[in-house]
Amino acid sequence: MSWVRQAVIVLKKDALLEWRGRSRFVSVLLFGVVTLLLFSFAVGPDSSALRAGAAGFLVLALLLSSTLGLAESFRLEQEDRGLEGLLLVPVEPLAIFYGKALGSTLLLLVLAPVLVPIALVLYAVELDWLSLGQLLGIWLLAAAGLSAPGTLYAAMTSRLRSQDVVLPVLLFPLVVPVLLGSVKAMALALAGDPMEQMRSWLLLLAGFDVIYWSLCGVLFPFAIEEG
Amino acid sequence: MKRSIVGGIGLVGVALLLVGSYIGLFVAPPERHMGEVQRIMYVHVPCAWVALLAFTAAFVLAIGSLWSDREGWDAWMTGAIETGVVLNALLLVQGMIWARATWGVWWDWDVRLTTSLIMALLFAGILALRSFIPEAERRQTWSAIATIVAYVDVPLVYFCVRWWRSLHQVQSTPDTMDPAMVLPLRINSFAILGIAIWFAWQRARLEFERRRAEAVDPPAALPVEEVEIA
Repeated sequence: MSWVRQAVIVLKKDALLEWRGRSRFVSVLLFGVVTLLLFSFAVGPDSSALRAGAAGFLVLALLLSSTLGLAESFRLEQEDRGLEGLLLVPVEPLAIFYGKALGSTLLLLVLAPVLVPIALVLYAVELDWLSLGQLLGIWLLAAAGLSAPGTLYAAMTSRLRSQDVVLPVLLFPLVVPVLLGSVKAMALALAGDPMEQMRSWLLLLAGFDVIYWSLCGVLFPFAIEEG
Repeated sequence: MKRSIVGGIGLVGVALLLVGSYIGLFVAPPERHMGEVQRIMYVHVPCAWVALLAFTAAFVLAIGSLWSDREGWDAWMTGAIETGVVLNALLLVQGMIWARATWGVWWDWDVRLTTSLIMALLFAGILALRSFIPEAERRQTWSAIATIVAYVDVPLVYFCVRWWRSLHQVQSTPDTMDPAMVLPLRINSFAILGIAIWFAWQRARLEFERRRAEAVDPPAALPVEEVEIA
């Protein structure tokens, strides 16, 4: 069986587990909503300040939620030595990485239909359909950019007792390009792009995604060999 | 490498630093616009160069460490990362002192300042990761992976922050500088390189000793999967 097919099976397995339990999705979603609310309280009721920071708040809510989801995705595999079982089947390590990373991207993607409308309402932003489409495209690129290095690091840190501390310490500085690229692009989608700068930011995001989806795929087998 | 040779490199480094700093402080002319505060460049720029060199060495050692599993790669990689982080921290502090005097602020979100800060955090994170992994082989593989990922990230951070904002001046070249300024800069660069090699070697030796001690008396902490989940 090719590793691509195996990756799809790993993805289906995770999706099925998620669908049956839904606990991970619900808690990550609630966390994202609470974060959006907290940003409003931190900035105050000034709607122009909220509108100006809306893109940053949305991306930060995505980033903070992603660490919860990523940490959880490998915690399940550690229980009853699930990861070891997968490797013994044998499932290619590459298939596990791409299956898991796609699963995390999907999880972050399905947060968008809830978090984006809440942000638009809370931060008093009005959008046309085109900008909404752009926003969702940026969300997808950002989710993919967080998922690839996040999956690699979650695989390593899930076997440490201090995962909650180590994962963000490693991941947050690493994903600064994703954060900057998506915040800038989203701000342009929300407030208009008269200078046509969005293309450059989207290219930067896509470049980061390509580099990290390949690099982390190459390194992942090393990370789980040392189990 | 023999202890006496590395010790010698370190001593030469300290001596060169004294000579270079003397020339930089008392012989070289002050810069026309910035005045005396520009003299911080004679330690600031060498710190930046050698920190980058240390991280590049760590990246090469990380690839070697994944490739061959030999503990020497890991010990030297740890030495290079720690030395790089210390130099990076010095670089930031010196840069902030200079920025306060020249720009009037301690910090600005300029491309090089921001990239240096993120670089320090990326590599300090790897040191944090190492401290949480009790098993030597796993520590070696995982920190090598994290080093490769972090190193690849640095140019991306630089590139995107450059688009985001830039204020730092373009670097000078020997052609645009007074020869009296180039000399202390060159001396101090070799000085800090020598001291960095000495530090990295000391740290690598400590790492070797640590592994040897762990092999005799393994750490008490059990990895998670060996703990029964109730």
